Amino acid sequence: MSGSGARESPFPTRMALTNTKIRLKGAQTGHSLLAKKRDALTTRFRAILRKVDEAKRKMGRVMQLASFSLAEVTYATGDISYLVQEQAKNATLKVKARQDNVSGVVLPVFEVDRTTGSDFNLTGLGRGGQQVLKSKEVYAKAAETLVELASLQTAFMILDEVIRVTNRRVNAIEHVIIPKLENTVKYILSELDEMDREEFFRLKKVQGKKKRDAEAAAALLAGKATTEEAPVETVAEDDEGEGGGDLLSSRDEDVIF
Amino acid sequence: MASAYRNRNLLAVIGDEDSVTGLLLAGIGQINEHQKKNFLIVDSKTQVSSIESAFQEFTERSDIAILLINQHVAEKIRPTVDRYQQTFPALLEIPSKDHPYDPSKDSILKRVQKLYGD
Repeated sequence: MSGSGARESPFPTRMALTNTKIRLKGAQTGHSLLAKKRDALTTRFRAILRKVDEAKRKMGRVMQLASFSLAEVTYATGDISYLVQEQAKNATLKVKARQDNVSGVVLPVFEVDRTTGSDFNLTGLGRGGQQVLKSKEVYAKAAETLVELASLQTAFMILDEVIRVTNRRVNAIEHVIIPKLENTVKYILSELDEMDREEFFRLKKVQGKKKRDAEAAAALLAGKATTEEAPVETVAEDDEGEGGGDLLSSRDEDVIF
Repeated sequence: MASAYRNRNLLAVIGDEDSVTGLLLAGIGQINEHQKKNFLIVDSKTQVSSIESAFQEFTERSDIAILLINQHVAEKIRPTVDRYQQTFPALLEIPSKDHPYDPSKDSILKRVQKLYGD
């Protein structure tokens, strides 16, 4: 029973038993809380998983559309890539991070932050300005989709990690800590029982010895009584009165205490 | 943790000329005071080592929130990409004009599939 499995080895006392029981209770509460957290996270995780999958496929379409619009620009204006590359100085399309909280886990959410004003005012001035503008809008939309996807993906990565950690904790509590504490409780209980039995046996022994002593004393008195009849009454009274004294003296002789 | 992405507000891109041009047109381009660009154009002549070093540089910069990389470019440095486990910057594989999107190659989608399949 107590020998099987790992256990702590505290000094087996009632207090240690109470403490261990409290800890066991705490571990069980923690286990159920963590299990709940894990379930909540997993639900969220599944939802994000589905969204990531969808968004990735959507991104494919959006990027294709964007490529087409750029092809239109190239057709109308000629190759503008060099111009665009050279004119890039300051980002007008940035991302802002916001926090989202899912049962204690902070997830960043990126948002597109567009400032008006453009580096490419001169692009397409000659011809194809419309196409350039349109393409710009399409790409900005595409970038928004990408940013959305990126925040989903980041959430996915973080949740994945957190869920793994939580799972590890839940399993550790379930399979290591709780059995260990249960074993400890069993161990303490068995030790206490053992001590009880020992104590009982000892008391029995003491009682037996007292009885024997009392009998011996009584026999002695009886022997005296037969020889001297006169002080029988007093002796009998003394016997009753000395009953306590007799017990005390026998206890004094007993050096177990 | 909060400060880990507070200052990250740029997008970076490694890709072919068309993808990069389009995204620059949308306004993601930034050249900082050290004349470092946040984009890299990869063509058939670009060395794999220079893609790798750009990838390293972008992932180590502290102002980039999202790193976009063309899937066919990511294919070239696939071991590095698959080894990339950081949360920030978020790595996103995007399709390019000449290379349609293949979900089965995406390192994130691979994990998604694996998790779905379990």
